[in-house]
Amino acid sequence: MRYVRLLANQAHVSFMLLLQYRADFALSLLLACFWTLSAIVPLLVLYSDRSSVAGWTWGEALVVVGWFNVLKGVQSIVIQPSMNLAAEQIRKGTLDFVLMKPADAQILVSSQRFDFRQLSDVIVGLVILVYALVTLGVVPTPLAVAETAVTLVCATVILYSIWVMVMSLAFVFVKVDNLTFLFQSIYDAARWPGSIFRGGLAIVFTFVLPLTLMTTTPSLAILGRLNAKELLLACGGAALFTLLSRVVWKACIARYTSAGG
Amino acid sequence: MSAAAAIKGWLKPLPTLYKVSLADAVAYRGQALIWLLSTNTPLIMLLLWNAVAAEAPVGRWGQAEFRAYFLVTLIVRLLSGAWVAWEINMEVRDGSIAGRLLKPLHPFMAYAFENLASWPVRLVMTAPVVVTAAYLVGTEHVTHDWRQWLLFPLALFGGWLLQFCAMLAIGCLSFFWQSTLAIGELWFGLYVVFSGYIIPLELFPPWALAIVTKLPWAHILTTPVRLALGLDTFEQSLLQVGEQWAYIAVFLLLATWLWRKGVQRYEAFGG
Repeated sequence: MRYVRLLANQAHVSFMLLLQYRADFALSLLLACFWTLSAIVPLLVLYSDRSSVAGWTWGEALVVVGWFNVLKGVQSIVIQPSMNLAAEQIRKGTLDFVLMKPADAQILVSSQRFDFRQLSDVIVGLVILVYALVTLGVVPTPLAVAETAVTLVCATVILYSIWVMVMSLAFVFVKVDNLTFLFQSIYDAARWPGSIFRGGLAIVFTFVLPLTLMTTTPSLAILGRLNAKELLLACGGAALFTLLSRVVWKACIARYTSAGG
Repeated sequence: MSAAAAIKGWLKPLPTLYKVSLADAVAYRGQALIWLLSTNTPLIMLLLWNAVAAEAPVGRWGQAEFRAYFLVTLIVRLLSGAWVAWEINMEVRDGSIAGRLLKPLHPFMAYAFENLASWPVRLVMTAPVVVTAAYLVGTEHVTHDWRQWLLFPLALFGGWLLQFCAMLAIGCLSFFWQSTLAIGELWFGLYVVFSGYIIPLELFPPWALAIVTKLPWAHILTTPVRLALGLDTFEQSLLQVGEQWAYIAVFLLLATWLWRKGVQRYEAFGG
C-alpha cells in the first residue's frame, strides 16, 4: 500500500510538468502520428500486392502496429525516463541519495520520473487498434479482453526487466546512452508480426529478446487466437525476466562504490 | 593578394583541422560501433521482404534482388549519414557557436571536415559489411557497366553532401526558433519512407513513384544504390546524379542564406 501511494505521488509531479508544456505535447502528438504513418507505408505497399503475409492479413498486421505503439508509449512514459536518470545517477554518484531512502532502491529508482508527453504514442496506437478491429469486424470476447490484459502486463514487465538490465550495465560501463539507443533500434523490429522472422532469429526474438511476446502475443489475444501454450509462455517469460533482472540489479548494486569508487 | 595566395590561405588550415577531427573520431570509436549496430533497419527490412518474397516475388523482386538491394542500402546509409543539425542546434543554444564565428574559416567548412573525418573510421567499420555483402550478393546483382562504377563515387559523395547541406539548413533554423530538432526529426521521418530505406521505391504505385523519385530524399539514398545495382541505364543514372547535384546547390544556397540572416540576429548566450 505504501508503495502504491509512493508511485501515485511520483506520477503526480510528472503530470504537472506535462500541463506546463502543452505546446510540446501537441508537437509530439503530431510527430507520433507522422512516425506511425511512415511505418505503415511498407505495409500499405505490401498488402496492395497480396492479401496475406506469413499468415497475417492487413487488418491483423495493423493490430500488431497498434500494440507496438501503445507499448512504445508505455515504455517512454513509465520506464525510460527513470532508467535514463538512474544511469546518470550511477555515473555521477548521486545514486547515494536514492539508496539512503527507506524504501526498496529498485522501486525508487524505477519510479522517480514519468514523462507524460509521450502519451501521444499510446493515443495513436489505440486509434490504429480500433481502426484495425473495425476493419476486421472483430468484437473481442470478454475472454479475449482478459487474455489481452494479462499479456500486456507480461509485455510491460518484460520490457521493464530488460531496461533494468541495460541500466545496470551503467554500473560496469559507466556510460550507456548509446546502449539504450541500440535497444530502441532493435525494439523497432517488434512492429512486424513475429512469424515473419524465421530460423535462428525467430528463436532469439522469442526467448532471448522476446519481441514476439511483447507485440505479437497481445495481438493474437485480442483477435481471440491465443492458445494456452502461448499464454503460458508469456507469463513464464515475464516471471523469468523479472527474476533475472532482480538478480542482475542486486549483483550490480552490491558492487556499486559511489563516485570515485 | 593574388588569387593563388588566397586559395593557399584558404587551404592551409584544412590538414590540421582534419587531423584533429580524425583523432576525435578515433577516440570515440566505441560510440561509433554502437551507432553502427543501431543502424540495423535495412537488415530487419531485408528479413521482412525476404519472408514476403519467399511466398511469391513482388513484381520483378525476388529474394536475391531484395538481398542485394538492402545490403547495398545499408552500406550507402552507413556512409552517407550526417547529423550536423543537432550540433548547430546545441551550439546555438549553449552559445558555443560564438567560438566558431571567431575562427578565420567558414563554419560550414569546419562542420564538413568534422563530419568527413569520421569517414576513415566508418569505412573500417563498414568493411565487414561490404565483404559480407559482396560474398552474399556476388557479381550477378551489381552493375556490369564500368561507366556506372565510375559515376558511383560521385553519387555516393553527393548523397552524403545532400544530406549534409539539408542538415545545415535545418540547423541554421535554430537561430530563429528553438525547436528545430522537431524539424530534423520530421526530415528523417520523410527520409525513412521516401529514400528507399525501408522499401524499394520501385514498389510504390506508379503515380507515387513519379513524385517520390523527384524528391530530395530519393537522391540521398536511392540514386547511389540503383547505380551500384545497375537497375537503370547509364543515361538514366546520369540524369539522377545531375538532379542530385542540383538539389545540393539548392540546399547549400538555402543554408548559406539562413546562416547569414541568422548570424545577424544572433546575440550569443544571454543575449
